[in-house]
Parts: sequence; structure tokens; C-alpha cells
Amino acid sequence: MNRSWRDLVAVAVVAILVLLPLFGSAFFVEFVMTRTVILGLAASSIVFLSAYGGMVSLAQLLLFGIAGFMVGNAVGEAGSKGLKLGWNAWVAVVFALAVTVAVAALLGALSARTAGIYFLMLTLTYAVIGYYFFGQVTTFSGFGGITGIDAPPWFEGHPVRLYYVCVVLSVVTYVGLRLLVRSPFGMALQGVRDDPVRMASLGFNVALHRTLAFTFAGFIAGVAGVLNIWWNGQIDPTSISIGPTLDLLIIAVIGGIVHLEGAWLGAFVYVMANNYMRNLPFADTIGLTEARFNTVVGLLVLLIMLLSPDGLVGVILRIRTAATGLRGDGGSTSDDASDHQIATADGGPKGPPVPTHTREGSIR
Amino acid sequence: MQGESARTLDANEAASAASTPAVEPWSIRSTRTFTTWLMIVVGVAVALWVLVFARGTSAGAAIDEPGAFLVTLLDGLTFAGLLFVVASGFTLVFGLMRTVNMAHGSLFLLSAYVAIELQQSMVGKDRNIEASDVGILQWIIPLLVASFAVAVLGVVMQQLLLRWNQGQDLRQALITLAVSVILADQMLAHFGGLAQRMVWPGAVVKFFEIAGERYALSRLFMLGLALVVAVLLWLWLNHTRMGMVIRAGVDDQEMVRALGINITVVFGITFFVGAFLAGFGGVMGASFAGVAPGTDGQWLLNSLIVVIVGGLGSIRGAIAGSLLYGMVISFAPAYLPSQYTYYAIIFTFVLLALVLAVRPYGLFGKPE
Repeated sequence: MNRSWRDLVAVAVVAILVLLPLFGSAFFVEFVMTRTVILGLAASSIVFLSAYGGMVSLAQLLLFGIAGFMVGNAVGEAGSKGLKLGWNAWVAVVFALAVTVAVAALLGALSARTAGIYFLMLTLTYAVIGYYFFGQVTTFSGFGGITGIDAPPWFEGHPVRLYYVCVVLSVVTYVGLRLLVRSPFGMALQGVRDDPVRMASLGFNVALHRTLAFTFAGFIAGVAGVLNIWWNGQIDPTSISIGPTLDLLIIAVIGGIVHLEGAWLGAFVYVMANNYMRNLPFADTIGLTEARFNTVVGLLVLLIMLLSPDGLVGVILRIRTAATGLRGDGGSTSDDASDHQIATADGGPKGPPVPTHTREGSIR
Repeated sequence: MQGESARTLDANEAASAASTPAVEPWSIRSTRTFTTWLMIVVGVAVALWVLVFARGTSAGAAIDEPGAFLVTLLDGLTFAGLLFVVASGFTLVFGLMRTVNMAHGSLFLLSAYVAIELQQSMVGKDRNIEASDVGILQWIIPLLVASFAVAVLGVVMQQLLLRWNQGQDLRQALITLAVSVILADQMLAHFGGLAQRMVWPGAVVKFFEIAGERYALSRLFMLGLALVVAVLLWLWLNHTRMGMVIRAGVDDQEMVRALGINITVVFGITFFVGAFLAGFGGVMGASFAGVAPGTDGQWLLNSLIVVIVGGLGSIRGAIAGSLLYGMVISFAPAYLPSQYTYYAIIFTFVLLALVLAVRPYGLFGKPE
């Protein structure tokens, strides 16, 4: 029952997103919602790693940025910064994703023997080193960044096309990740998250599973990075510095770092707050200006972490559970509630319970 | 719930069994020998490069330019002192409480700003303070007051936000992360976006000759302060009852609690000292290189690198990590061929990669 409800909401949201250009303003669709979907896609790679791999990664924005820088270097022509390879835009995409995946595999392999909080710190250092790298190494960018990067000609004059590509790729990623976590690999990954020692003794290669998951998440972040560079047309190291790096984690945390949907929900809340905060009634009287946006975001994250560590999706699920409880549907509510406590450390949607013999069967 | 606790117990047993294998399989031993050899080869290659082959670099080969080598070495050593002061606070808090304080850099920056304001009001000038205007007290008092203020703030943060969710390390990291975002934004609002500088007392702003090169006494003063901090920390942890409790708590918190020691008080005091050290380092850093918005993130990064290299929760690790990282920071730009100086940042990553390849939890770290 829980699963069908979840699917229903997902389908409804996708329907709204697809129909949005019919009634939304151009600014809302092409600016606000395109950015939301791109950031949601990038944040989904954080949620995937954290919910199913037990790895909270802060390197996803770095990979997002690497894809962007590589596109910029590849398509740039004489006069721009970077390598100025002047390649075709679609070749540039393949190149950018290949580099991103290679870097992700390297970083993943380096950090695969750690998990949890240690992984968080390690990936934060990767992110900041990456920022300084692109800032200082002028071969690829320099602090000025790369500007004037064109999207492929197909998008020219049709910003709605880019919006639709973002939505389609988000849906593909969402469905793909949900299928992936039920595949043998996904099951093994969740086993690694819950008990690496036991998985290792069952014959699973723990480090390899973590590396592969990180590499795959790097690919998702890279795709989002390519979309971002097409949308934005420019990239500089400041956009992958420590502030934006934390912002992407914050997006995942706002939505709920144990629920895949949370990535896009968090991105929506974040982008809406970023664009429309000043329009709130009484915003001026309590000193809520755009300049203090980060304080508001910080307070929001603090509130979420203090009250509902599984984010807004967790809040919604709890409200729904309470509502079902009021209708006298008491039998199933307790199951639902215990399903979504972050304290159990294995958040995220659960498929049907897997019989033990299936798990053991997969090692043979 | 029952299944949950049973699983955890199982995992603990398995982990303790796995961490003390009776006989190591030969493949593990052979990789260890390989990595040891790799380390030796890397070390010898770096030493040879610096000594003989680094002719085209900004510092020059050490046999030709012993002065430049000495200066680079001293630069690394003095910066390592500052690194140690900041990172030891970070590692102390983590070692006892398993709390990764992502607001450590913010405490560093806040302390620097407070000390700068205080020094300005003590000297009676808002800008263009000369070193000769600053007496030793006009540096020491802001240092102590600012560090104390930041330490109190740290304890308040710990008591209000972290005390009741002890043990949930990810949640605590995200809470302190939110605090650091708020603090950074508020500091930007109150202290502005311009770089500011604390002024060394006139008594230490002198230069002396060393192997034909001029060297700033203030850097040695900084190293001296770091040594004092290290010695005090060592005395506190190894020769007082409180230090004994902390060391015991690092090893087995539950046991300390069971022995009737009020460990929540010890937690508070440790957090006070950790935040105090961040503040102390902040004032030193503000005098050494100045501070600006963004310095907080930079020093969070510096602390992280030191503890990842040295091992989280270990003071000895903090010393080792500070020395290695300090040396990389000073040697990499000086001994790279001039046209590649800006690639120096890669060597920080190489240091991390080398250490992680051999010891995933740092040189002195213990696996969770």
C-alpha cells in the first residue's frame, strides 16, 4: 500500500512537471524549474550514496563541476579560457562524462575502505582540493572561469527543450535508481551499508561495491553538470567552492537524505527560497533580506536536523501516517512509522523483504 | 528493535574478531611490504630531487642554496605549529565524543574577528595599526579573551544542540554544518567582506639572518606558542586526573560511565578546550596571514587534512599530520619547476592518497 501511494505521487509530480510549460510563466519554467530539476538530479546522487551505500559524499558537486569544466574546455574556441579544443558539442559531452567517471572511480577507490562520517570528511577535502585545482591551474580554467559555453544547436532558442531534457533525465534517473537498488548489486550494496564485515565474510568485495556505487553516482552528477553548463553557459571555480558544495548537501538534507524523492523536493524548496524569499509577507520587517539567505538556509537545516533528520519527506510521511491513524487504520500505521525512522539507519524505500536464502544464493 | 540490537552486537563481535587476526594471510603481508617499499622509494626520490636535481625551481637545489632550503623548512615547521594548534582541538573533540565539529573553522574565524576588534579598541586606532603601536599585552589579552569567548560559544553549542544526540555522528556533523553556515553568514554581515589583520606585538616583528637569508621572528614566535600549547596539552592529558578520564573515555566511554564518572561534564570541558584551541589558532592565524570570509572553510579543510593524514582522535596523529602537511605546503611550491608552481595543490592530494592507500584511517588512527 505504501509503495503504490508513493508511485502515485511520483506519477502526479511528473505529470505536473510535463504540463508545466503550458501554464507556467517562461521565467518560472526556464529559470526556476530547470535549475530545480538540475540540482535535484545532482542531489539524487548524494541521496543514492547515503541511503543505499551509507556513504555521505560531499564530492558530488566537484564531479558536477568537473563535467562542466570539461565541456567548457572541449567546446571552447580561440579566445576563451581553458584548452580551447573546439570540439563538437555532443563529442564534448562524451568526453566530459568519461573524465568525470574516471575521476569518480579514482576518488571512490581511494576512499572505499571508509564509510559514514569519515567518508564525509574525506570527500569534503576532495571537493576543496578540486576547487583550488581549477582555481590555480590555468591550463583548465583559472579563477576567472570559462564563459560563453554554448549548448548544442538543437537547444538554441528553445529553452523549454532543455527543461524537458532535464525532466526526462531526472525521471530516468529516479526510475533507474529504484530499479538498481533492487538488483543483486543494489541488494549487496545495502548489505555493505548495514554490515560490511559480514558481507566481506560472505565473499562480497566491499571496497569494489562502494567504488562502483561512487562511480555510478559520479556519472549521475556528471550528467547534471553537463545539463547545468548548457543551462548556465559558464562555470568558474567559485561555483564549486565549499559554500555551493555544502549547499548541495543541504538540498539533499532538506528533502530527506534517506529518500530518493527528497533530492528533487529539497532542490525545489531551496530554489524557491532563493528566488522568492523576499516576496514573503513581513519578510522586510523581520530583517529577512536576500543578503541573509544563507542564515535562513542554515536555520532551516538546523531545524530539520533537530526535529526530523529524514527531512521534509520524513515530515510528509509522518503526517500521512498520523492521518491514516486518525481514520482508524491503526493496523498498518505502526509498520509505516517504524519503516521511516532514520534511527534504524537503513532508510530509503524498501522492496519486499528479501528471504535470507536469496541473499546467500547470490554469492554462488 | 530486538533484531536491530542483535545485529549491532553481532557486528561488533565480528569487527573485533576481524581487527585482531591471529595469522595474517600472506597476500596482506606482501602488500604491506610493497607499500613500505613504495614509501621508501617516494621518500628517497623527493629527498634527491630537493637536494640535487631541483635546479630549475624557485628555491634551487638544496646543495646550491642551503639558505633557501632552511627557510622552506622553517616555513613548513612554523606553519605546522599553527596547523597543530587548530587541528588538535578538532581531533580532541572527535576522539572523545565522535563529534565531527564542522563549525571548527567558523570558531577559528570568529575568534580572529573578536580579537581584531579588541586589539583595535585597546590600541585606540581603527586602521593602520603599526607593530610598534602594539605592546605584548595588546596582543596577548585579545588572544585570551577571544579564545575564551569562542570556547564559551562552543560549549553553549554543545550543550544546546549536541548533548542530547550523542553518538549520532552524521546528525551531529550536519547540525554543526548548519551552525557553520549561519555563523559564516552572520560574520559576513557584522564584520564585512574585507580581509582584516591582527597585528603582531612590536617585540616580535624583527628579522634575523639565517644562512644568508632574512627570517621573521614572528614565525618562530608562532612556533613557540604552538610548542607551549602542545606541552600543556600533553601535561593535561597525561598528568592530570581529568586527562586520565579523557584518555579512558576515548578508549571505552561506557566503561568510564559505569565507573561512576560524570562523563557529560568531561564532554563539556573537552568541547571547551577544543573550541578554545580553534580560537587560539584563529588569533595566531589572523596575525600570521590575515582573515577574510572563506578563511573558515579553509581552516576546516586544513584541520580535516591534518586529522585524515594523522588519524582522527589522536594527538600524536595531529602532530604527525601537521608536520607532513606543513612540509608539503611549503616545499611543493618552492621545489616545483617554476612554470608548474601552480600545480602545488596536487601534492596535498598526493599526500592524502599515499596515506589513505596505506592506512585508510590515518597514520595513528583506529578503524571504527
